[in-house]
Order: sequence, then structure tokens, then C-alpha cells
Amino acid sequence: MKRIVVFALLAMFVLAGTARAETLKILTWKGYAPQKLIDAFEKETGIDVEVTFSNNEEMIAKLRATRGAGFDLAQPSQDRISSVQEKYNLYQPLDYSRIDSALFIPSMLEAVKKNTKVSGKSFAVPFCWGTSGLIVNSDKAPGADSFKALIDSKYKGRVSYRLKRPTLIAMGFALGYNPFDLYDDPKAYKAMLDKIADTLIEAKPIVKNYWANGDSLLESMRSEEVFVAMAWDAGGWKLHADNKAIDFKAPKEGALGWIDTFTIPSKAENVDAAYKWINFIMKPENAGYFSSQEKYATASKGALKYTDKEVAANFDRSFPQETIDNINWYPPVPANLERMEGMVLDKIKAAQ
Amino acid sequence: MQRSRLVFWIFCAPVLCWLFLLIVLPHLDLLRMSFRGENDYGDMVWTFRNYKTFFTEPIYWLTFVRTALYAVITTFITFLLAMPVSFYIAKLARARIQGALVILLLLPFWVSELVRIYGWMILLRESGVLNFFMLKLGIVDTPIEMLYNDATMIMGLVYTSMLFMVVPLVSVMESLDDSLIEAAHDLGAGQFTIWRTIILPHCKPGITSGSIVVFMLTLGNYLTPNLMGGKNSLWFTEQIYNQFIASFNWNQGSAFGFLLLLLSSFIIWLGLRLTRQKLDEVAS
Repeated sequence: MKRIVVFALLAMFVLAGTARAETLKILTWKGYAPQKLIDAFEKETGIDVEVTFSNNEEMIAKLRATRGAGFDLAQPSQDRISSVQEKYNLYQPLDYSRIDSALFIPSMLEAVKKNTKVSGKSFAVPFCWGTSGLIVNSDKAPGADSFKALIDSKYKGRVSYRLKRPTLIAMGFALGYNPFDLYDDPKAYKAMLDKIADTLIEAKPIVKNYWANGDSLLESMRSEEVFVAMAWDAGGWKLHADNKAIDFKAPKEGALGWIDTFTIPSKAENVDAAYKWINFIMKPENAGYFSSQEKYATASKGALKYTDKEVAANFDRSFPQETIDNINWYPPVPANLERMEGMVLDKIKAAQ
Repeated sequence: MQRSRLVFWIFCAPVLCWLFLLIVLPHLDLLRMSFRGENDYGDMVWTFRNYKTFFTEPIYWLTFVRTALYAVITTFITFLLAMPVSFYIAKLARARIQGALVILLLLPFWVSELVRIYGWMILLRESGVLNFFMLKLGIVDTPIEMLYNDATMIMGLVYTSMLFMVVPLVSVMESLDDSLIEAAHDLGAGQFTIWRTIILPHCKPGITSGSIVVFMLTLGNYLTPNLMGGKNSLWFTEQIYNQFIASFNWNQGSAFGFLLLLLSSFIIWLGLRLTRQKLDEVAS
């Protein structure tokens, strides 16, 4: 009896030992690690890649729960790094000498370095960027060109947005504030949030639902249940490929620009593999493949050459030069704003 | 004797380790966390503030009241629906069909809750299956949005919890002696009287244990209210999630978690008192 137990335990240890080949654990957004690139990477380096899908908030929560362990590479947005780093120490400073900086668009690399600087050290390199704005079905809602369309009673029951912080920021711009200027003034920021809460509560009969899952939003736009939505540009372009009436539209307040990055969690086990992955995926041909698949532009220099023509056309159509100049880029979020915003979001959702 | 006790502990050890390491320890940590908070200078101190916030901020306790109320309604509707179903399975159906019926009840639970909910969403959405047929048959002219309201949400919750009410009810009904019902019938009792004086009192333990399970499951549900409920349907579990994930306020989130545990236990205690029952009677 006892012998069997001991034997079983031994067998388990042996099996567990052999199963541990070298792996790279990536915590990222859906679509950021296409299977074809994973296969190529595994072939090139012999490192297995494990991918976990997440979003900004959950990434931070996951890493916070393990104090920065469990993953070798994470991809938060650049504005959500410095305050979290100061408070919870989730990431390790990047060794930029191990990253092939020739692969990056210099201005973006510099901007991300600057925005993720905490006590003299930087924590991230850029991967891809995009904007949040409107996805509009121009057959049904020809006039929608502002974030105000989301609270316009003309589109009653045909509007959808997330109940997350980007929506609050967008409403701030729609109401004539500049939320990013108020980041350092909690009192004024709170006043703005209260105003936004009132507006969104009043506009509740207009919104159909608060979407939580990108695919289901695209489905309700495709089936023409929703005419105007606040969402990411790539989603709009995906829909445009099927239905020419639907497209991404940068609102006149300016689309909200984000950059997603690579960071290495503080207790990463396989740091070498993480640097290898960064240098691998930023190669123009790989980054170009990612852009063709997911429609997001990357920070890789020369990737455009390897990107499908349609994707480049999306970009020309939605972003003429003055629209690009009008993009409001997220600056780093100071600590404690999230708490205020969380309260406001709960208040909006709970209101009848 | 000695030997069998040793074997007992060996077999129990994994369960005990599991319970202690994965359930008791994390809860202790959460409990500690719920009493911590930042003071005005940003330092972590011991405080009751997280608990106080729940009672002073109306949106929090109102959400809880709403959640608890809907959970009670769901439990009651589930009970009403489960009663005739279990009676049919336990008493009226032939032995061979009985097994098949129970399998039919179990079948939906072989897929995950998420899949079941998305199934409902495909059926009920504006461009969904049900609307398609209603339009084809000319029952309605324009598609109706049947998702994203409280009624649909409760239906989803009832659907999810039916099984947990039916199973205990079937098992208590099987122990009910048919001759009691026949005797009552012979003595001239009506349908209603038979249900009220014979069947319901006999089923009381099953009803109570089923209700407790359904109530707790509904109160702690996250997926159904979130996906099927509409823009007003803030569920208390979602608020806990928001505290942890969106606001990065783990201390507040753990306080809410413990309040959920305490308040729901209190509601069950109250329910048992009102129906003059004891928990150990129900459990046996």
C-alpha cells in the first residue's frame, strides 16, 4: 500500500521534471501573438511560448497578485505603467542594450521611454498603437462625427460603449474639458467626473448596452443592431472589410491614442527569452504580418512594406494628416485616479 | 484500529492540505486586507473604513439590497417551477422514463455556464433566432430586443439554478408514502389541501436545502447578470470585481467579499428562523 503511494509520488516528480522545457510566458491582449509567429519563434529558438489573454486592468491585477511573478513578458499600455510601478513594483527596468533599437521608430521609442520613467529608469518599449474613436454605420447614422453622438437621442437604443475609463475620458472631451490637463488637479478632475456621471446617467435610455467583449460588439454592429459605438479603430476596419457603410471615424474632439508596450515583470523567470521575443516580433516582416492580421500599426520601422495594401488604405482613409495631429495621446495616469473613476463607473451602472 | 486511523489520515491529508492552503489561508489574508487601508498620507494603517464605506455610500448597500432581493425572487420562482417537475419525476413518471428525465435535466450542465448564456443570447437578441421566427410568422412587425433587461436576467438565473432545486426535491418526494395521498383523497381532501397539508410539509427539508443552494448560487453569480442583464443591472459580485480590477482597491474589495458572506449567511439564518427550522435538520 505504502509502496504504491511512494511510487506514485516519485512518478509524479519525474513527469513534472521532464515536462519543463524552456518556455516563455506572455501576458498580452487577444491577437497580439499570432499563432504563425509563435510557431516561427519556436522553430527559430526552440522556446515554447505560452500566451495568456488579458486587458490592462487584469494584467495589473494578475501581476499584483503574484508580486510580478508567473509571466516573462507583459504588454500593458504605456500610460498605465509608471504609477503602478511606483506603487507595486511589478516590472524590472529594461536593459535597452539587449534590444535592437534599429528596429523601432525612434520617436515612439523615445516617447515610451520618457513616459515609463520611474526614478531614472525606463520600463517599456513600444509594440503597437491605435486609437479609440467611433465606429459608425453611415447608412443609418450619417451625421455622427463627435463623441456627443453617443449621448444623442437621435440614435436611441442604437448606441454602445464600454463602461470603462476611456469612455469617461471621451465624454470629458465631448463636454469641453481636457481631462489630461486635469490629471494633476484631483479636485477639478473629480468635478469633471461628476459632470460626466450626470451626463451618462441621463443618457442611459439611449445606450443599448455597455459592451464588454470586442467580438460581441462587432457582431451587433454587423447585424445592424448598433449604429454608433465607441471602440478601437481596428474593429471598425475589420467591419469595413465586410460592409462598406461601416467604418472607423475619428471624432472631431480627437481620437484617443494609446501605445501598447513590452514590459518584463519583476520576477520573470526567462528574461532572455523575453528579449528574444521582443527582437523577433519587431522585425519588419513579423510586425508587418501582425499588422495585416490585426490591423494595428506597430512601432516597427519599415513594417509598412510587409503590410497588406488594404490595411494601409484603412489608415489613409481614416487618418488624414490633420486627424493624426488631432489625436489626444494618453499621458501617464497618476495614482489614485482609478479609484475615483471606479466609483463613478459603479454609480453610472447602478443608476436607474 | 491504529492502522486504519493512519490510513484515514493519509487519505484525508490531500483534502485537508487543499482546504487549508487554497481556501482557509487566502481567506485569512483577505480578512486581514479588508481591515487595512490608506490614510490621508498614503500609508497603510488598520482601519474599519472599508466596512463603513459600504453602509455610508448608498450605491453599495443599495446594490446589495437589489442583488439579495433578486436572488430571493429567483429562488422563489425556481421553487414554483421545480415543485411540479419534481413531483412528476418522483411520483408520476414510470421508472424507466424517470432516469431519462433526470438525464434531460442534467444535460445542459455538461457544457459550461458561459456557453449556456451565449446560447440564450443567440436565441433572444434582436437579430436572434426567436425574433427571426416571430417576424416570419408575422407575430411582430419589428424585431424586439429581449436581452438586457431584468426579466431576462431572472429567467437566465432560474434556468441556471433549476437543477439544484429539482434534485433535493425529487429525493425527498421519493420517500413520501403514496398511501398518505390516497388516504387524504379518500377522505375527501381537495388538490390544494393535499399539497398544503401533506406534500409541502413532507418536502420541507428538501425545499429548504434546495432554496439555500439556489439562493447562494444566485447571489454569487457573476456571468449571468453581467451578460444578460442590461445597463442597470449592477450585481454585487460585479462590484467586488470592479474594486479589485478597475479601482485597484483590494482592501475595499475584500471587505465587500466578507460583507457578502456575512449578509447572505444572515439572510439564510433569518429564513430558517422564519420557517422554524434548524440547519442540522435540513442537512440530514
